[in-house]
Amino acid sequence: MAEIIKRAKALSVNPLKASQPVGAALAFLGLKNAIPMLHGSQGCTAFGKVFLVRHFREPIPLQTTAMDQISTVMSADENVIEGLKTICEKSAPEVIGLPTTSLSEAQGTDIRRLVREFRDKYPQYADVAIVPVNTPDYSGCLESGFALALEAIVDTLVPTTRLAGRRHKQVNVLASSMLTPGDIEAVTEWIECFGLRPVVLPDLGDSLDGHLVDSEYSALTIGGTPRSEIATMGESVATLVIGRSLSRTADLLKARTGVPDYRFDHLMGLDAGDAFSQTLSEISGQPVPDKLERQRAQLQDAMVDTHFMLGFARIALALDPDALLAFAAFFASLGAEIVAAVAPARSDALADIICESVQIGDLDDLERAAVRENAQMLVASSHGLQVAERLGIPLLRAGFPQYDWVGGYARGWVGYRNARQALFDIANLFLGQHHEIPAYQSIFRVESPRASARAGVVHH
Amino acid sequence: MKASEIAVLLNEPACAHNTREKSGCARPKPGATAGGCSFDGAQIALLPIADVAHIVHGSIACAGSSWDNRGTRTTGPALYRIGMTTDLSEQDVIMGRGEKRLFHAIKQAIDSYSPAAVFVYATCATAMIGDDLEAVCKAAAERWDVPVVPVDCAGFYGTKNLGNRIAGEAMTRYVIGTREPDAVPESAQRAGIKVHDVSLIGEYNIAGEFWHVAPLFDELGLRILASLSGDSRFRDIQTMHRAEASMVVCAKALLNVARKVNVGWGVPYFEGSFYGIADASQAFRDFARLIGDDDLTARTEAMIVREEAKINAALEPWRGRLKGKRVLLYTGGVKSWSVVSALQDLGMEVVATGTKKSTGEDKARIRELMGEDALMIDDGSPKVLLSTYKEYGADILIAGGRNLYTALKARIPFLDINQEREFGYAGYTGMIELARQLALTIESPVWQSVRRPAPWAKTKAAGVPLTA
Repeated sequence: MAEIIKRAKALSVNPLKASQPVGAALAFLGLKNAIPMLHGSQGCTAFGKVFLVRHFREPIPLQTTAMDQISTVMSADENVIEGLKTICEKSAPEVIGLPTTSLSEAQGTDIRRLVREFRDKYPQYADVAIVPVNTPDYSGCLESGFALALEAIVDTLVPTTRLAGRRHKQVNVLASSMLTPGDIEAVTEWIECFGLRPVVLPDLGDSLDGHLVDSEYSALTIGGTPRSEIATMGESVATLVIGRSLSRTADLLKARTGVPDYRFDHLMGLDAGDAFSQTLSEISGQPVPDKLERQRAQLQDAMVDTHFMLGFARIALALDPDALLAFAAFFASLGAEIVAAVAPARSDALADIICESVQIGDLDDLERAAVRENAQMLVASSHGLQVAERLGIPLLRAGFPQYDWVGGYARGWVGYRNARQALFDIANLFLGQHHEIPAYQSIFRVESPRASARAGVVHH
Repeated sequence: MKASEIAVLLNEPACAHNTREKSGCARPKPGATAGGCSFDGAQIALLPIADVAHIVHGSIACAGSSWDNRGTRTTGPALYRIGMTTDLSEQDVIMGRGEKRLFHAIKQAIDSYSPAAVFVYATCATAMIGDDLEAVCKAAAERWDVPVVPVDCAGFYGTKNLGNRIAGEAMTRYVIGTREPDAVPESAQRAGIKVHDVSLIGEYNIAGEFWHVAPLFDELGLRILASLSGDSRFRDIQTMHRAEASMVVCAKALLNVARKVNVGWGVPYFEGSFYGIADASQAFRDFARLIGDDDLTARTEAMIVREEAKINAALEPWRGRLKGKRVLLYTGGVKSWSVVSALQDLGMEVVATGTKKSTGEDKARIRELMGEDALMIDDGSPKVLLSTYKEYGADILIAGGRNLYTALKARIPFLDINQEREFGYAGYTGMIELARQLALTIESPVWQSVRRPAPWAKTKAAGVPLTA
């Protein structure tokens, strides 16, 4: 049980936090033919867009209600209605996500009423689903914004039914923001090898995996969970919930549909993988396939091989809560020690993280703790690089944003195979850092002149 | 900031946009708007001042999505790379604790980093709840005896351009003219060369590109007193009023600084660019002209002859490869023509250029360079760019980072020309890098590979071959 230490500083230095509206936008980007529109000033969207573009190296559909001074002071209601109409007209999306920002929240917007007004005024766009969600950036972080959006998606798009199990091979997956597109692909394959068919919400593995498509340009997402499939989530045999941040979303989905759910904090490492495989086996009535058994055995082999490098390793983590919980558990299962843990915002998950204390804070807090505790490796986003360089220790990139190298979005962490690769990569980072014992020269040793001339240098 | 103050800022007499009926920038359209806000613009203009603690006063979205993402480089202190924000919580907003938090935040920044100054940027939420930035900054400056400059740049005030201008306004009001320049160090004096002080406005040393140009300033005896703001220090900006001449580099939005320094202290200025051989030479000529030192003029001309010969020789092999290649250029304002001349220097043909942010003057320059029939694109939507590209048989799209993935998804070669790029193209030497990057993408074998359908695809093409 970790102690949670509150933020104590007036100034946040090298922020770890990314905002709720960005997280909400990301969730909507996992729906097919969708586009989020942030209700705020145009900068909220411009910054969010650059943030996501740099991470995914993909075009990111994201619009704004473009609040200016007059609409900020008088009323921005018309901005929302005009913005929705413009997007419907120009792009004919299936879904428009409508997250708020601290500007529109401080103004006191009633976002749901505005959607109703839009419906009254423009009945011709009744086919377009609009999902409003309150995500001021003065609360929470990327992860909570993502979770709030997911809850709103379920609320808006999943009808109340009692048809659980009608599609006896279909399972729902609620996927937290800690899962990368690479993770989603792994989870999808994992489920499919039990003969089941997943409906992943949101399916970032299909929309932001980075793939060229035939059409040259789209103003909307080019993949993701189809709206029609979301509507059928009530007919699935089970819901698999990955990530503590989605508890409320899971509660809502269950209340709506009665589909039984199975909740997992994360899917990293052997134990978490086994729990997931076991559950899939029970849901499907199928034995665990040989292919998985083999991958599991490979992971076990890698655990044995790398325990020399990872045992007692002192790790510092700075991640959103779900990922923090996942990485801490993963490292702990390998004999490493979490000596510093920083989260950008509060969450129920924090208390269960395997370490002494979790600081609510920034990368400056991480740096101080890492120095104090002699950390040997940092796990953080690309923003952690400066800290890692100052400390002279390796950085394992995880979380958002990863802009200084290619493919962070595609990397998978979950499942046996990805866990094995993670072990190799982490161990290699340590191997590059190995500290030799300082040589001791005995007072009695006398080197011959030849030997003392730079050993290893060839003389001609 | 009051609406009337914004109107004054938008009404910049030195800006050619003002000759048109509507002033400056049109109201953004909800649901169809791209581009940054005033806060973004203010940060672009000021963040490169390297030894200042830049505090973003607001909730997390503003700093959280943007800190340490500028391409600007410094020779020394790098305080600008440390992200600082008051990261206001819901309670701060509701209870009105923003000012108090800001006051303590300024203290923390001063205690931790001993900055030359603190700049405080307002954001939407703090402007809306009415935090008095000016009062807090004044109190903090008095208490801790460090300059604390308020930059009132809430995002909802308007566009990125307006933010540039607000930043310039803050510099002219609080910083420029608050210190006299140091004497020229003895070690930098050379026989027969009289040192003249100059300043640059709107040069951001993206990817360190100004370092291609800076040695030539040194050679000519032009001391850059201050650059707003590439690789600069707070103490430099303070002395900007003592320059003998100022150059406004590719930045209409900061003309207010040049004009005010001109009106207040009589510093003459000109608008120019370091992109392309012709423009780089012209910039040095303009400095010599404004300073009016015959010896400087003679040495400038000699330097230009030498540098042009050198770069022309070095570019020869590249010209062979790039000659006749067709470019679709989409970029704003001054760059719409300054880059055209750079590309023509390489023997390339610019088939169309974007003019969304260009003035009438800019457009006249474009016609001069590209001929009367030059195609000017106002609508920079991905759809229009791609169809123009096809229609005009272009070989490459040159635009800002925002269009990078538009181009790549359409399988066409691309060169990034804006803020976030990783390569420096300024000055004579920068042309080599420009040529190299152009050839690299245009000649890349990947385009053919990704346009070719899979062998088993009988009817369906993978993407549409655009230039075949």
